[in-house]
Amino acid sequence: MAGERVVEALNRGLHDLLGRDPGTLLLGEDVLDPYGGAFRATKGLSTRFPDQVLSTPISENGIVGVANGLALAGHRVLVEVMFGDFLLLAFDQIVNFAAKSVSMYGRRVPLRTVVRCPVGGGRGYGPTHSQNPQKHLIGVPHLALAEMSAFHDPRHVLADLLDRGDPAVFFEDKILYTQPARGEGRIDQLWAAELPAGPLGPAVLTMGRPESTDCLIICPGGVADRAMRAGAELLLRHELETQIIVPSRLWPFDAKPVLDAAGRAAVVCVVEDGPAGGGWGAAVAHELHTALWGQLSRPVVTVAAEPEVIPAAPHLEETVRVGPAKIVTAVWEATR
Amino acid sequence: MTAPTLDDDLDSLLLIRHFEQRLLDLFAAGELNGTTHTCLGQEHVPVALSPLLAEDDFVLSNHRGHGHYLARYDDPAGLLAEIMGRRGGVCDGVGGSQHLFRDGYLSTGVQGESLPVGVGIALSLRRRKPGSVVVAYIGDGTWGEGAVYEALNMAALWRAPMIVVVEHNGIAQTTPTEAHLAGTIGGRCAGFGIRHRLVEGNDVTAIRAALAPAISLVRTSGEPLVVEFRTHRLGPHSKGDDTRSEQELEAARRADWYPRLAAAAPESFAAADGRQRDRVAAVVDDVRARPASEWRRQWPANE
Repeated sequence: MAGERVVEALNRGLHDLLGRDPGTLLLGEDVLDPYGGAFRATKGLSTRFPDQVLSTPISENGIVGVANGLALAGHRVLVEVMFGDFLLLAFDQIVNFAAKSVSMYGRRVPLRTVVRCPVGGGRGYGPTHSQNPQKHLIGVPHLALAEMSAFHDPRHVLADLLDRGDPAVFFEDKILYTQPARGEGRIDQLWAAELPAGPLGPAVLTMGRPESTDCLIICPGGVADRAMRAGAELLLRHELETQIIVPSRLWPFDAKPVLDAAGRAAVVCVVEDGPAGGGWGAAVAHELHTALWGQLSRPVVTVAAEPEVIPAAPHLEETVRVGPAKIVTAVWEATR
Repeated sequence: MTAPTLDDDLDSLLLIRHFEQRLLDLFAAGELNGTTHTCLGQEHVPVALSPLLAEDDFVLSNHRGHGHYLARYDDPAGLLAEIMGRRGGVCDGVGGSQHLFRDGYLSTGVQGESLPVGVGIALSLRRRKPGSVVVAYIGDGTWGEGAVYEALNMAALWRAPMIVVVEHNGIAQTTPTEAHLAGTIGGRCAGFGIRHRLVEGNDVTAIRAALAPAISLVRTSGEPLVVEFRTHRLGPHSKGDDTRSEQELEAARRADWYPRLAAAAPESFAAADGRQRDRVAAVVDDVRARPASEWRRQWPANE
């Protein structure tokens, strides 16, 4: 909707999802009104759906476990974990219970648990409240991972995650909450967004002439804004034209919609805002290398955060997080 | 529910006893793969409880769960086929000994994991099938896991109709209770304001009569309950890994229900014993002759 911020779109989506099915429940810490969650994503829900919203103790593993029990009994369950860092407290229930239960009983046991969590730095919250933990959950059989973006309506993405029958984690970049929900269309003088494969497919951001792409950047929703700034810089300083692909689904990653653009670009760059090492960027790069071997003009470039904790002070935080300059440098060096 | 007779109870106890003993034999003979955890000496716990449960109640079991399963479902062939990876297994051999699932029954192999899940199932039952309960079996060793306390807290806060059954057999794998548990289980329950019942001995009829009102109260009040059975593990933790002294094992054997019931009614006991031994032998022969199980993998539509 026009003028909406991303957190408002998310909140609207949650309202829709609880409204469409009284069996859909939401659990989390401090999610009740008037507070409505640490980032206000659950505002209004407990007032409108008092029987469907449960405020919990500080027990991440426990509440994901309760969600799993409810899901096993047939409910759709959304869990808000206050910070992505705290997902690690719920690792057992996510990996050992939710994901494994889908298939370890010899037949498919649908488990509709979706854990939402704010992730990423840029807010000065320091090392235990700023992490991007996505990579720790990549490749877990029967666990879907998705990331919020300004281009995808969270309602559609969350509805899909809730309906498919596999548990899922939905990562929400904290900076994105206060950004405009853009959807499709013109973003600024340079960029326009499209969802050519529908509301769940990757968003494609172009400078208007996708056929003349020099550089293709693939990044999750939380990094898209920094990728756009890098793209503008690459055009101004190096006259390189950039296209950006923002998948909603991080894992399992579907490479098909990006192969065509990746095969034509002079440089393909995968960006993630967490440290490298068993991460999403390397996994995506490997899929592209495998699918496009012989067609790529150079190896896929990966850009990741520095291998460090995320410091609290803003000037230090910026030395670790991925910024536009790091993307520009990586792409430019690859072309030379 | 029809009330079980003494003979029914004896048959159930002996079925589990012979099933578990044959499992250890089959392992020794190299016919079983992986691992198993037998409930020898603890058979009376699920045998006493099962008739108190209704079809809509949900049972959560653990690694030592064969007795829990057999006391609820008369399906030794399905369980053995699961353990042996043969056709007709409860979960087609994917889960194996400690991962079973049927409507109203689930076991899983991570300590303490089932209790938060049990709270969730109990909350759903309260909404959709009021009067139904969750029964979650855990051991004394499980009380080392933080998930237990997160779950007890939520169960008490939200009045989740859940009964936690603790099979306190005095030993967690090889670690005696006094080396892993500070205070008492009852004291820990008191901290959450959760009712705690201690059960000693293995007289199935007496145990059932004593617990029936407490379990009914969970159905009507929604208040959770912890029932702690003081029991004995006759066999090893899994197989051949018993580090206890002969003296300790002798004490466990002295407390066993098997010689007590055999002495109480020698003729009828011997008849029942032979019947169940033969039944298990027939199940072993049947399952052993079956082809390997097939895993019907179903991937998500959009993967």
